[in-house]
Amino acid sequence: MSEEQKSTKTRRIVPIGPYHPLQEEPEFFKLIVEGETVVDMEINIGYNHRGHEFISPELTYDQIPFLVERICGICSNSHPLACVLAIEDCAGIEPPPRANYIRSIIHELERIHSHLLWVGLGGHFIGYNTVWMWAWKYREHVLQVFEMITGNRNHYAANKPGGVRRDISKEQVPQVLAALDLAEEKTKLLTNAVLDDPVILGRLANVGILTKADAIAYSTVGPTSRGSGVPWDVRKDDPHAAYAEVPWDRVVFEEGDVLAKAKVRLLETFESIKIVRGCLENLPDGPIEARIEEIPPGEGIGHTEAPRGEVFHYIRSDGSNRPLRHKVRAPSFMNIASNVVAVRGGSIADAALTLAAVDPCYCCTERMAAFEDGRLKYTWNDLLKLSWQKTERLREKLK
Amino acid sequence: MSRLGLWGLKKSPWVYHVAAASCNNCDIEILELLTPRYDVERFGVVLVGSPRHADALLVTGVINRKSLPRVMEVYEQAAKPCLVIGVGTCTCSNHMFKNSYNAVGPYDKHLPMHAFVPGCPPKPEAMILGVVKALSKL
Repeated sequence: MSEEQKSTKTRRIVPIGPYHPLQEEPEFFKLIVEGETVVDMEINIGYNHRGHEFISPELTYDQIPFLVERICGICSNSHPLACVLAIEDCAGIEPPPRANYIRSIIHELERIHSHLLWVGLGGHFIGYNTVWMWAWKYREHVLQVFEMITGNRNHYAANKPGGVRRDISKEQVPQVLAALDLAEEKTKLLTNAVLDDPVILGRLANVGILTKADAIAYSTVGPTSRGSGVPWDVRKDDPHAAYAEVPWDRVVFEEGDVLAKAKVRLLETFESIKIVRGCLENLPDGPIEARIEEIPPGEGIGHTEAPRGEVFHYIRSDGSNRPLRHKVRAPSFMNIASNVVAVRGGSIADAALTLAAVDPCYCCTERMAAFEDGRLKYTWNDLLKLSWQKTERLREKLK
Repeated sequence: MSRLGLWGLKKSPWVYHVAAASCNNCDIEILELLTPRYDVERFGVVLVGSPRHADALLVTGVINRKSLPRVMEVYEQAAKPCLVIGVGTCTCSNHMFKNSYNAVGPYDKHLPMHAFVPGCPPKPEAMILGVVKALSKL
């Protein structure tokens, strides 16, 4: 077929979402296809927008970590961690070393469970449910550790401004180590099985390639960029918590396809296990929180490496007990945009997998956006007006 | 509800999962139910890909302005009689988002709800109990 004929070929639209069997969250992708080939894509998000940045200034600094925890249920330690780092930056205090170690432990355990979760869902996306069942079965060990040391399977509520809320007792350390051994053994089994499987290799290799240049141009972060040869990792580049004090390595692959991203995630799991083990073995004694007397006017930033990439929080304080402005930048916001180049040229069957390969997290992404779906569009002032109207209504009711 | 309808609902309920504007946590815990530790497929509970096949809708998260019309559409597509079970505190009371400009929940304003499972997120055991209670109420 000549170039001219190709360009006149009928273009059709294949919608994925907002409610699609493969997606856990509501999001809408409009694939523009020519025959089987995807030529372009439009991304429409906003189904998950809850207005965290609007609610946050109504809460005190002690309450905010619990709110930002609910930005995302899978990375529910990275948002509070970045947030308390921003508050501590603003207040100019350092958490005690034991708190730093506990933060790293929880953060890395979260990465293990999140990466195993992705591997499972990746298997589910290619219709290989055995991988899904396996990965989630082995992820369960980590969730049990969470339940033991934080009291909840998800939403750990571990961080508070100045330190952590719960200590890890001496009796719990060997139990966590034993669970880690088990998780490591099983993850090794899973990794070998997944990376040796010809079916999986056939479906993942050379699919949805994101080149290094595109990865930089789209400012992708986390495993998405590390799978394309961009070695950015906040834990190494700007060490916080206890990351500078325990040995571990970056995992970087050059290929940029879905397989490279899967490899990054699987191998990072072992690095995380290494970090948790190192932290538990060298866990210093001492207090788990520093007292914050007041938060002076000014601004603070905090960023950390979530399982999906860099999470960035900004706090502006006016000296009261509530922030004036709280801004969040989640990793998926950067990564989802790179999908447009990754799906181009692939087949429809690969599109769902490619879209999932960045491990998108829409609940992270959608906090503040003026959205438009033909009928609804809110600017900041409209939102304020809506909020005022609601307050008026509430007042009327209370009268 | 006809007796035949009731009989059809009680055995092996097929569920469809609707995430309105959730934080993903209830959603992954719902998936957790199907994986080997809890494995509700033993009791015939299967997660289906279309609301038209579903006996029960599991809804999660606060409902927002953009997802409300879509969730209503999903409910209308579901074959009736159909149970609607809210999973998580967000579905019961809007949780932390009650002052948000975008939260239009809770769900019972918009949908005929049969059961709520409070918790943030509820434990998988609690979700199983919620479904069992909703079924035994019939």
